[in-house]
Amino acid sequence: MLNFSLKELADLLAAKKISSVELTTEFLRRAQALNPHYNAFITLNEDLSLAQAQAADAMIAAGRVQPLTGIPIAQKDIFCAKDWRTTCGSKMLESFISPYDAHVIEQFNRAGAVNLGKTNMDEFAMGSSNETSYFGTVKNPWDNAAVPGGSSGGSACAVAARMAAAATGTDTGGSIRQPAALCGISGIKPTYGVVSRYGMIAFASSLDQAGPMAKSAEDCALMMNVMAGFDERDSTSLQREPENYLRDLEQPLKGLRIGLPKEYFAEGLSADVARAVEAALAEYRTLGATTVDISLPNTKLSVPVYYVLAPAEASSNLSRFDGVRYGHRAKNYGDLNDMYSKSRSEGFGAEVKRRILIGTYVLSHGYYDAYYLQAQKIRRLIAQDFTAAFQKCDVIMGPTTPSTAFNLGEKSGDPVSMYLSDIYTIAVNLAGLPGLSIPCGFGDNGRPVGLQIIGDYFSEAKMLGVAHQYQRVTDWHQLSPKVM
Amino acid sequence: MSLTLNDVKKVAYLARIAVNETEAEAALHKLSGIFCLIEEMQAVDTAGVLPMSHAQDLSQRLREDSVTEINQRDCFQAIAPQVENGLYLVPKVIE
Repeated sequence: MLNFSLKELADLLAAKKISSVELTTEFLRRAQALNPHYNAFITLNEDLSLAQAQAADAMIAAGRVQPLTGIPIAQKDIFCAKDWRTTCGSKMLESFISPYDAHVIEQFNRAGAVNLGKTNMDEFAMGSSNETSYFGTVKNPWDNAAVPGGSSGGSACAVAARMAAAATGTDTGGSIRQPAALCGISGIKPTYGVVSRYGMIAFASSLDQAGPMAKSAEDCALMMNVMAGFDERDSTSLQREPENYLRDLEQPLKGLRIGLPKEYFAEGLSADVARAVEAALAEYRTLGATTVDISLPNTKLSVPVYYVLAPAEASSNLSRFDGVRYGHRAKNYGDLNDMYSKSRSEGFGAEVKRRILIGTYVLSHGYYDAYYLQAQKIRRLIAQDFTAAFQKCDVIMGPTTPSTAFNLGEKSGDPVSMYLSDIYTIAVNLAGLPGLSIPCGFGDNGRPVGLQIIGDYFSEAKMLGVAHQYQRVTDWHQLSPKVM
Repeated sequence: MSLTLNDVKKVAYLARIAVNETEAEAALHKLSGIFCLIEEMQAVDTAGVLPMSHAQDLSQRLREDSVTEINQRDCFQAIAPQVENGLYLVPKVIE
């Protein structure tokens, strides 16, 4: 049952062949047994999960069933969930019990889904390996020496190791797609503004976007139907007609034009990743698609631009953590400034402090034009690259990451090398486009490879269909690692 | 452009993050590498390019100027580090 799709689980629940309490208990038992080794969850709370499962069973008994009713879903610990400890992977929020629900959590609650637990993540979502979490690193279930990716590493690990039926993630520079790729699961970052950011602890507000992480594109589509939607409490939430993200799953691919950016297949891409991606492209050609060479000339600039814009926004967003209203406060301090400085110094980890310092510097007097404004201008050039590319193709494909999962500790001492590993994902956030990653094979070391599919604005349904058609004829997404 | 130890200390003060000498030096080393990467931007000619702050160039929504929040002081103060009689306590600011 742990390998079942969301649709299969929903059918079992609707037919009353299993109750939500039974299903939730089964996933909880597995999560409790595996978590000491994998560290995918920061918080499991059996009482809260089972109370929701009982409520879901009552909904089902009353005939009020929606597609995800009764299904246990792991929530990234960046989403505030009422009565749940919500830490964002930080000592700063180690004992923060959220007084309210994020919009995403509300949507899942409304659908009758069960919150299975809060997943581990890089501190304040700043990281690509889950190694910056205050609550310890997460292991990649395919190879325990490898990182699971980040920042949504706990969610990726939980789904890959079948500890949760599905999970949520957030993606500011690749934090859904990269861990999905490294752990062999499917994940989609929607168009900026499609999913509300209300109650999702802010990192870089003009880039942050939540999305599903699941075993298949079809599961992601079911979750998108719950997560997407207008919310007036997020000033950048888009007012659009509700969409059915399942609608294009069965669309044949004949005539689909796939753009291949030459910059994504250039120097820096590992040979084994290139091989797996080429094989996937060959499969797409068999399915009737054609490929066309395109160029995204400003790709290389996306990393420096991101490391100006994201830290600048983060330094502003994280100024709210001052030890006054919530979060960590230092034990010993003198005046008010001393209280702020010590509380923040103790509460934030090294990478978060580093990014706050970068952000404060680039926004400081005399440097704004050279850094922040210049970055915003290049951001437009990067977005225009995509606009030009979509004149020639319907979707863009390439590797999600330059290599398979790197080893724990391999890049943690060298931030620049860590940052450069996000070269294929960052530009998508800067442009605000949707991006998806699905598993497409394994590297020489037996670690998963992700295929990235980038679509035009609001083309999530089409992209999920493109991914689903591939998953109909391949079984990479059905493979799961042998766990302890 | 090269970052100095003084820059790091000044920025840390602006960001209200206490750093000792060792931490400041370690930060300087890592930040210098990151700023080398960031400097790649300076070679790009962006004359005439409009800065882009958001993906969708939409104007901000307006709403009625009415009270939308309810009083949840007890709930919010239950998670505060230090409160007394409904007030958040901080070190004395005005003598």
